Amino acid sequence: MNAVIAGFAERVRQAAAQKRPLRLKGGGSKDFYGGPLAGEILDTRAYAGIVSYDPTELVVTARAGTPLRELETLLAGQGQMLAFEPPHFGDGATVGGVVASGLSGPRRATSGSVRDFVLGVKLMDGRGEVLNFGGQVMKNVAGYDVSRLIAGSLGTLGLILEVSLKVLPRPAAELTLRLETPQVNALEWMNSWAGQPLPISATSWQDDLLTLRLSGARAAVAAAREHLGGELVADGPNFWQELREQRTGFFKTGSTLWPLWRLSLPSVTPPLPGSQLIEWGGSLRWVKSGEAKLAAETVSAGGHAALFRGSEEARSAGVFQALPPTLMSLHRKLKNAFDPAGIFNPGRLAQGL
Amino acid sequence: MDKPSDIAAAISALRAILPEQGLLVSEEETRPYECDGLTAYRQLPLMVALPETEDQVVAVLKLCQEMHLPVVARGAGTGLSGGATPVAEGLVLSLAKFMRILEIDPVARTARVQPGVRNLAISEAAARHGLYYAPDPSSQIACTIGGNVAENSGGVHCLKYGLTVHNVLRLKVALMDGEVVEIGGTALDAPGYDLLALMIGSEGMLGIVLEATVKLTPRPQLAQVVMASFSDVVAAGNAVASIIAAGIIPAGLEMMDKAATAAVEDFVHAGYDLSAAAILLAESDGTPEEVAEEIAAMRSLLEASGATDIRVSANEAERLRFWAGRKAAFPAVGRITPDYLCMDGTIPRRRVAEMLTRISEFSKTYGLRCANVFHAGDGNLHPLIMFDANVPGETERATAFGASILELSVEMGGTISGEHGVGIEKVNQMCVQFSSAELALFHAVKAAFDPRKLLNPGKAVPTPRRCSEYRLTGTPGTKT
Repeated sequence: MNAVIAGFAERVRQAAAQKRPLRLKGGGSKDFYGGPLAGEILDTRAYAGIVSYDPTELVVTARAGTPLRELETLLAGQGQMLAFEPPHFGDGATVGGVVASGLSGPRRATSGSVRDFVLGVKLMDGRGEVLNFGGQVMKNVAGYDVSRLIAGSLGTLGLILEVSLKVLPRPAAELTLRLETPQVNALEWMNSWAGQPLPISATSWQDDLLTLRLSGARAAVAAAREHLGGELVADGPNFWQELREQRTGFFKTGSTLWPLWRLSLPSVTPPLPGSQLIEWGGSLRWVKSGEAKLAAETVSAGGHAALFRGSEEARSAGVFQALPPTLMSLHRKLKNAFDPAGIFNPGRLAQGL
Repeated sequence: MDKPSDIAAAISALRAILPEQGLLVSEEETRPYECDGLTAYRQLPLMVALPETEDQVVAVLKLCQEMHLPVVARGAGTGLSGGATPVAEGLVLSLAKFMRILEIDPVARTARVQPGVRNLAISEAAARHGLYYAPDPSSQIACTIGGNVAENSGGVHCLKYGLTVHNVLRLKVALMDGEVVEIGGTALDAPGYDLLALMIGSEGMLGIVLEATVKLTPRPQLAQVVMASFSDVVAAGNAVASIIAAGIIPAGLEMMDKAATAAVEDFVHAGYDLSAAAILLAESDGTPEEVAEEIAAMRSLLEASGATDIRVSANEAERLRFWAGRKAAFPAVGRITPDYLCMDGTIPRRRVAEMLTRISEFSKTYGLRCANVFHAGDGNLHPLIMFDANVPGETERATAFGASILELSVEMGGTISGEHGVGIEKVNQMCVQFSSAELALFHAVKAAFDPRKLLNPGKAVPTPRRCSEYRLTGTPGTKT
């Protein structure tokens, strides 16, 4: 066994024996996300590096502590990318953190989320056992799909050691358009366009400005631009990057970043009250307030609200919507199957997990 | 459940739950359920239940849980790995009556359907809105969405459009204890663990799908296919790699070897090149401009890779004709052999040529013919091993031939099953692909959903005992 992994296993076994929580941490760029942090830090960055990458296989395998920046640079060198465009939220973002947080960027509504691109994981469970699920191939139905279950589990099921991700070629052409329109129209248009064979790869609406990105074959992008109209945005790539990293005006205004609510909704949900930034064709709406009424409206629309950024105090009260009892019971049993001593990131995803 | 009095009690309790003629118990009635698409394995169940409402499904499950009666869910029975093979002491739960498309929302681009709805029926219902359901397994005329969820079915277009797991948004699932849970949703993410990913591909071992909401995709304006011939499989494999390396993700990228081409040409008369060692089909879809650009690029890459003949479909009829043989490959091979086994390993694409060479060696070793059709774009191979079950020893040789291919797939860094599932057929090879600790975790996941192990017992995940015997002797124990 690799010496670093052996060291991790030793710590996990000790922690399990003493029932001491471990806080799994890469660069700490997503420490703000999820329930309060607890436990002694286990830094995954000791286990870093690209394990394998063959561009013609469309698969890259990297150790959890690999900087996301390093992985993205490697892929860009071969004209490829992580199609779910993970936000970094800081310089230190690691590959393990991308998968554990399950957060995707602007392309999510059209290309898919982190979990859609996870092909395999090497995981250390709460007993210190190294387990491999999935693999490095596109299609794999042998055994339960544990590797996708790990995406977004916020480190509560195990210590991610390595991940294999499907990668895609960068589009041959890309451009960004902007149209002026109120929210109700923007929602209608985004849903209508999504039902047509148009090469739209990202959408965003704020303050009566609807911004779209077109990506694909040169001819397809040119034809869609003609069809959709609007103004060409000169610094398109920069716009989407700043939006993804939440460095645009909407996220900066006021003296503080939070509280910031993330509403995940069916894309067709009519406009909700309050100042908002909309992404993902209407499926993702950011709101800078903690109104309970808004959360209730989100639920009744078939979505859910999460406190994306908030004070320690607010986070302790739970940042994600509570699960119905039967589902929560399944979650507890699954947690227990992976981490019987309950040592990994307790409370980060939900109280009791 | 082996005492006659227990069986009689179960029958009368089930009759009280189910509609008239909703419980089949005589051999004559249960015989049609003795196997699924993997006909080499047959087993009569104790009985077959055909509920018509969700309440009836829940009541049946509760009763089975109470009476310790194993339950095997069944859709259309087209599965190729024996996932729906009955167990002797159990009940087959047929979802065949759940055939309603509950809702098509063209604006939200979703369809909410019952589990017994056929895969193709969803696309047909969505067609008037310019939408379709993307995963298209070859059995799509018959197979049901419930079965697709159980197997995480793919199809010839999944390199670009994804598998079932990428196209299902929400499930309503009945657990073995009768509790009903909703997982996923029409919002793009849901709180908690991704149980949707866990449920899809779980081969009926974790719960019974009562309802599915699936994503609908806009139908591309145009699709066109290039058909290229190669004089050796290595060149064809390299052509696939060069297309991907050029940044093209074709809508479909399929290969057939000479034996497969001969079988299908005789069946569908599509005009395939019978002299080629391998035929490659590469599809492009999108706007007319986009398709023209991509087809031209693929054409020049195929030429540079040494294609001996290239044809581009001139119209929709010709495109469908080019695909007809590939889609009918299994029945076409079925015409030239009394029996065949279809393998489903997936390997890294770069090793395809090496695998084909090894398969032809195995073919000599086992003295059985093999035709190869495969999803070249994603390295998922379907070798079709031909045999005659009436010739003594051939079934055993075919099984051993298949096991050799699957175990080589694992050795090459791949998997024993890309899209057909493990079922009953590949359960021994799970012992080769996974360690004891990994299998133990699968059992723990199963126990979280179904602690009494009543849902589809004996499938997909082998017991430690079965594996230790298989690893030791190469043959499984008779009792697991």
